[in-house]
Amino acid sequence: MKAVETEVRDGVDRETIETVEAMSGKYKYGWETEIEMDYAPKGLSEDIVRLISSKNEEPEWMLDWRLAAYRRWVQLQEPDWAMLNYPAIDYQDQFYYAKPKSMAVKPKSLDEVDPKLLATYAKLGIPLKEQALLAGVEAPEGGERQVAVDAVFDSVSVGTTFKAELAKAGVIFCSISEAIREHPELVKKYLGTVVPPSDNFFATLNCAVFSDGSFVYIPPGTRCPMELSTYFRINAENTGQFERTLIICDEGAYVSYLEGCTAPKRDTYQLHAAVVEIVILKDAEVKYSTVQNWYPGDENGVGGIYNFVTKRADCRGDRAKVMWTQVETGSAITWKYPSCILRGDDSQGEFYSIAITNNAQQADTGTKMIHLGKRTKSRIVSKGISAGRAQNTYRGLVSMHPRAVDSRNYTQCDSLLIGDKCGAHTVPYIEVKNNSSRVEHEATTSKVDEDQLFYCRSRGMDEEEAVALVVNGFCKEVLQALPMEFAMEAQALVAISLEGSVG
Amino acid sequence: MAQPQAKTDALAARVAGLAVAGSGWLGAARRDAAVRLSAMGLPSRRDEYWRYTDPVSLTQTVVLPAALFETADEAPAFDGIDRLRLVFVDGVFDPAQSDDPTLAGVEITALRAAGTTDIHWARDLYGVLEARGQTPVQRPLATLNTAHATEGLLIRATGRAAKPVDLIYLRKSETSDAMVHHCIKVEAGAELTVLENGPGAARFTKVMEVDVAEGGRFHHVRVQGRDAERRAATHLFARVGANALFKSFTLTANGRLTRNDAVIELAGHDGVAHVAGAAMGDGDFHHDDTVFMTHAAERCESRQVFKKVLKNGAVGVFQGKILVKPGAQKTDGYQISQSLLLDGASQFLAKPELEIYADDVKCSHGSTSGAIDEVALFYLQSRGVPRRVAQSLLVLAFLAEAIAEIDDEAIAEDIRSRLEGWLARHEG
Repeated sequence: MKAVETEVRDGVDRETIETVEAMSGKYKYGWETEIEMDYAPKGLSEDIVRLISSKNEEPEWMLDWRLAAYRRWVQLQEPDWAMLNYPAIDYQDQFYYAKPKSMAVKPKSLDEVDPKLLATYAKLGIPLKEQALLAGVEAPEGGERQVAVDAVFDSVSVGTTFKAELAKAGVIFCSISEAIREHPELVKKYLGTVVPPSDNFFATLNCAVFSDGSFVYIPPGTRCPMELSTYFRINAENTGQFERTLIICDEGAYVSYLEGCTAPKRDTYQLHAAVVEIVILKDAEVKYSTVQNWYPGDENGVGGIYNFVTKRADCRGDRAKVMWTQVETGSAITWKYPSCILRGDDSQGEFYSIAITNNAQQADTGTKMIHLGKRTKSRIVSKGISAGRAQNTYRGLVSMHPRAVDSRNYTQCDSLLIGDKCGAHTVPYIEVKNNSSRVEHEATTSKVDEDQLFYCRSRGMDEEEAVALVVNGFCKEVLQALPMEFAMEAQALVAISLEGSVG
Repeated sequence: MAQPQAKTDALAARVAGLAVAGSGWLGAARRDAAVRLSAMGLPSRRDEYWRYTDPVSLTQTVVLPAALFETADEAPAFDGIDRLRLVFVDGVFDPAQSDDPTLAGVEITALRAAGTTDIHWARDLYGVLEARGQTPVQRPLATLNTAHATEGLLIRATGRAAKPVDLIYLRKSETSDAMVHHCIKVEAGAELTVLENGPGAARFTKVMEVDVAEGGRFHHVRVQGRDAERRAATHLFARVGANALFKSFTLTANGRLTRNDAVIELAGHDGVAHVAGAAMGDGDFHHDDTVFMTHAAERCESRQVFKKVLKNGAVGVFQGKILVKPGAQKTDGYQISQSLLLDGASQFLAKPELEIYADDVKCSHGSTSGAIDEVALFYLQSRGVPRRVAQSLLVLAFLAEAIAEIDDEAIAEDIRSRLEGWLARHEG
């Protein structure tokens, strides 16, 4: 009868306790696909860089570019300014290239792809069959909603859907390795112009060893007929994933791009160092949404993905517009600052972020808004949620150059703490070099409001549900900025990520 | 940690000719500081907390000359306030120009005299708060001061001080390089107001360590001299006990380079610490407020209110942090940094940080920057207020939140009149 007394005192029924116990530490995508892989030898050297380049059948100029980056990387020191604590990474104890054996000869179409790989994506809810919808999404009235997917498995792109239909609109959507071969003029013109090989330690590493990724080109005046999406899956053990994405949105064009990521549960950490470059020309607009759900490690901080990502959009033309939306729930370590260079006059950058850390996760994430053009506008809405023993840091820069007259920035950073063992931090840098621009920064830190929780509980919700509801309310501004498919997934993720954080 | 040779050499050059440690408790504290300093080296632009301010003119061997500044257009600061005047000339305490340092409820001794004794209350304070304030962010200029300062006052309030103590820093030399180190102890239940005014020296490196015991109250109001060319690096290290109050306000008008560090620890429950500043710069002016507020106990309140008015290329910097340690529940932390840029050439660089390790807290910060509100200006003009008067009114309104941090109305009025004077002199 003792258990019953406890229940009465805490006001929590048995069902809730059982549900919480059953759910804590649960990661939906932690299974592994058993598949034969081809690995490059472990470690990093010029030979590995050459090997990756030759596996991708790259032209000479690409190899030279990689080698120059590698030689630079060897001279660089890993940055340590972020509020992250992790054991030193042994860059020689990683595989830099892993490819399913069945991909040795590139399948001509998705029908030829190894069923095991297709099953993997089916299990993840990612449709690789054309005309299919993302799992759980109702077709909107007046027709089906289509999403083209590029699926990246460890180091290679498995396949890209809707290529033919996109080609009709003039849109190029393929893996970057394919683009290097098929569209060298575009790649040469834009690759490394937003994130140069000298940018930072992790970006330089990526330049040397990136194995695949997505390439998007939207021609002038084209509204991309469907949403584009890349789904990254790390499967092989001890394998780093280094993907590179290049998106070019030509004058007056529009594209909405989605990115998702998961990885199996393992008790060793895995490295992920990606680069995303977006070039936006005059009057063009790009929406880039990410739901990052890499394996976060277990409740004691064992395993998980170390996620070091450089993402940047360059609004080169007047009235160009970019919107970054990210929901960061996974990874043991997150080091990520999607940025906007607002070069064109009247260009706009927006950054909406939810970063959730639980257990032993650590996130140091934020954005940079570099205002160079006249009358440029930016908006930052960041919601950090910390639970367990996690540390969550917002780090951002807003820079108004002397030439960026009449520009505006508004920044809102809110942090929510659940429990007394976690931390929430805000490190904004604000640099204003003209007086006609207005910069506003606000940040708050609080805990989940007791009155709101009490109200939800009084309406019959259990504590976990109540917290999830309050947290979803806290994140509302960001969730609303996501495309519909992602908004639902993100909302569910917010609840799952906080499982076990209450009580 | 071993320093690169260039850093070691730069430090050796900087300390050459400065006072050596000597004997007694002060000697021991200086020796300890010298050891700590050699491990840190002098600050450089590469350091995170010097990214917006170049410390070179503060660290180099040569003192850049600063023209003397004589003025008759304004009464000296706090002239109308009944206070105990203690005068320093180019960083050297001058008893002849000072009032008799006897004041009910307060003990005042010169560092020079007290340092040679065997025992003194200040031995538990001198260099102690400064050393505590080096983690997690190093402040080598403060350590340099602890290791080599020979001048300063040791002030201990044992009751309610009969009147404010005013530390007046006069300057007679164009190349003076002064280091002054004060220790202030406010005993349990005691209350003290310390005023400071004047430029100090062509290059002034100052440390003030303040320990406010349980239930003590400490007020600090400072006016940094109007000398346009002087350079200063000041440090305020404070420990605030349970139920104690600490309040500090600084007015900076002019000055080529000013770096004011404030490192405050709320060490006892229910403590209150407010730091505020108003800075006015026209032309060649670089002003940096760097504040580190640590909440180490429950139910404490902190406020940081910093306002800057900048024109003709003046640069304002604010780096403020609220650190809430694990267990410092029910913390109420507030921070605001704002700048008014009166023209397109001025700059505001800010890094307002929060670092929070407790969940039941209320912390917020805000930072804004922009030009004077044209709509408000137009409204006032439409009511018949001439444009320049309207502009002054709006600037004063902008600064009001910082000045409201001064509890004593007579002192606040003195500050207000100085702001009005500055605005009148820097119109157009």
